[in-house]
Amino acid sequence: MTKSDATEASVRAQVRAWLEANWDPELGLVEWRNRLIDSGWGVPGWPNAWFGRELPAALEAVVAEETRRIGAVGVARSGVRSLAAATLLAHGDDFHKAKFLRRSLTGEDNWCQLFSEPGSGSDLAGASTRAEFKDGRWVINGQKVWTTSAHHADWGMLLARTDPNVPKHLGLSYFILQIDQPGVEVRPLRQMNGHASFNQVFFTDAEVPPEHLVAKVGDGWAVATTTLMHERRGADGFNVRVQASDRKGRIYEEERAEIATAMEPYKWYPQRAGRVDLIVERAKATGAINDPVARQEIAKLLVLAKSAEFTSRRARTAQAAGKPPGPEGSLGKLAASHVARAAAHVHTLISGADAMLTGEDGPMDGVIAEILVSVPAVSIAGGTDEIQRNIIAERVLGMPKEPRTDNDRPFRDVPKN
Amino acid sequence: MQFSFTPEQDEFRSVLRRFLQEKSPPAAVRRWMETEAGWDREGWRALNDQLGLTGVHIPESFGGQGFGFVELGIVLEEMGRALLCAPYFSSTVLAATAIMNAASEVQKTALLPPIALGETIATLAFTEPNGRWDSSGIEATATPVGGGYRLDGVKSFVLDGHTADLIVVAARRPGTAGDEGLSLFTVAGDAPGLTRRALKVLDPTRKQARLEFRSVESELLGEEGGGAGPLARTLAQAAMCLANEMVGGAERLRESALDYANLRVQFGRPIASFQSMKHKQADMLLEVQLAKSAAYAAASAAAEEDADWPALASLAKAGASEAYLRAAIDNIQIHGCIGFTCDNDTHLWFKRAKSSEVFLGGPEWHRELMLRGMGL
Repeated sequence: MTKSDATEASVRAQVRAWLEANWDPELGLVEWRNRLIDSGWGVPGWPNAWFGRELPAALEAVVAEETRRIGAVGVARSGVRSLAAATLLAHGDDFHKAKFLRRSLTGEDNWCQLFSEPGSGSDLAGASTRAEFKDGRWVINGQKVWTTSAHHADWGMLLARTDPNVPKHLGLSYFILQIDQPGVEVRPLRQMNGHASFNQVFFTDAEVPPEHLVAKVGDGWAVATTTLMHERRGADGFNVRVQASDRKGRIYEEERAEIATAMEPYKWYPQRAGRVDLIVERAKATGAINDPVARQEIAKLLVLAKSAEFTSRRARTAQAAGKPPGPEGSLGKLAASHVARAAAHVHTLISGADAMLTGEDGPMDGVIAEILVSVPAVSIAGGTDEIQRNIIAERVLGMPKEPRTDNDRPFRDVPKN
Repeated sequence: MQFSFTPEQDEFRSVLRRFLQEKSPPAAVRRWMETEAGWDREGWRALNDQLGLTGVHIPESFGGQGFGFVELGIVLEEMGRALLCAPYFSSTVLAATAIMNAASEVQKTALLPPIALGETIATLAFTEPNGRWDSSGIEATATPVGGGYRLDGVKSFVLDGHTADLIVVAARRPGTAGDEGLSLFTVAGDAPGLTRRALKVLDPTRKQARLEFRSVESELLGEEGGGAGPLARTLAQAAMCLANEMVGGAERLRESALDYANLRVQFGRPIASFQSMKHKQADMLLEVQLAKSAAYAAASAAAEEDADWPALASLAKAGASEAYLRAAIDNIQIHGCIGFTCDNDTHLWFKRAKSSEVFLGGPEWHRELMLRGMGL
């Protein structure tokens, strides 16, 4: 079947027939996923040549629906691996695709993103971790930071400087780095909310084989932009989170364990987003729902959160219908920041003096306290609100770029921290 | 709920936008708003002859186009964008919807076709000088006399009340309060005992009048004492409609602010290249898009009669009120001094934003209505 004659009914019938004939909860997780990947129903939106069927998003949803209906486990999607897979699909060569895509989909490989550095956060193209070609290998020296999941990653997507003598965006290259090697040290960073989701990663003569360069030397910025685009698209706060099935059976247990590991650094993320879902219940419990001032604040929050949800639905509906992306699609991350901040404000109002308490003394066994100390992250992670506004202004609204002083000279001459 | 417009609806919008760009440029708005009536017979006729807009949501069996609230929402968004001066909100939105909600089939057959054709301009008179937006503020009385009713009392903030041919009036049986004893009536614009005075309004593009009823002959719409439900329903539908009109105006203000920022050069560069301007524009885009999404969702929910549609109508009205006014304030700020002059067009939309924020109830009122609609 080619994509032109795929209809909702034909896709539904085909995937249903295949799942009914092949789904077997007694298989091991990796064994089942390999079978699913080979059938083309694991990632039906991917290219035909790489495990997919090139189906449009609307038909991918049909496949997902059928997969859920029968209770089958899907390919591994949790964590950073989806960003790696999307990036390699776009920019990797056949060697990269053959070596990494399948093992990412089976869940055998975990990934992390080695982009930000202590000296380059929002200004990601200012990365100064060095990659030098010596004796047939790339040798890496420097430091990355805010690396989620580095402590259980097998591979890292690494943005490193290969040439400091050209302007900053031109001197970067993109590598696939093996984490488990003597030159790589991963150290967790403790956050203000008590969790340690991300890490510092130090490179001391770490090594990357030449075939693990993605695209060409100097193309790193373009490749990294692809990764970031996928990250921001997934970061609008309304995406379905990866959730494990509660069914019994070996394959479900394996999947639960995998998701638990991958999601461990993210377990405070719902709190980071403000937990609007708790507002009404809490307002009823504390009686704030009867206070006219609190009612106004609660209603303001609900107006904002509902409007953001509708905006996200509009964007997804337009995308599924194949309409050109409208401005509503680029606003999700910024909207999510507003929602989270407003929710933290209302949670504080509802909780009264108890908002000063945490742990078992705090409301909801500390969940409310965790919201209050986690929300400041949402407007920073994955690109600050300020950078999002620049992107919206320049790319969506077409406003002129700010004059720059760092683009027209060799990177070595650019002022740095 | 529908989260995307159909290709036919998109096409309808673009035809409408071209039409209004041609018929209602700012120069025409300025001309019409200076008149006492506030609109122009010829322009009104064109609206109906060419596009049949006055009957867009009126069923075909009553002489209308037979579309629903989504299409009506599109019409209003485009009219809000163009700041069209016309008795559309009063006649098609408020009066026709009230008649559709309250009247008997026989009355609908008599009253709706001329409104759908634009031959009769109607309006809804429900608010009184106390400025309340629900049945609790209605003090006007209807006394049975012979076979009909005589109305006494004062209505205010009546859209196009001084020019309407037909007025739908909310009044109560003497001695009742709240929802009890409330009915809707129709009164001819030139009925004896009715005194009409155009109010001096902050927004000259939308005229309002004060109407005094002294023993005015009227005809009951629907059932005596059964007016509260249809009135509440009409006001929720109207709030949804106004939200859609407001997001059209807000989008227009956002765009004109962006155009000016790209044009205006200071310190040797367009001010649009400064981050302070970019961040403001990004925020404006976000706020307008959020308000649009809510307005569209509310229109779709009202069209499909989803259980929570009245709550969504209030949600949309609250959101649009703040987004529109904010877009107007930001627009003036981005223009600087020129934005505060009469020569610049921004103040026309600013005044409509301010008036629409209040009309049918401000954001505080609608936030409260929304919570009640959600059962909270």
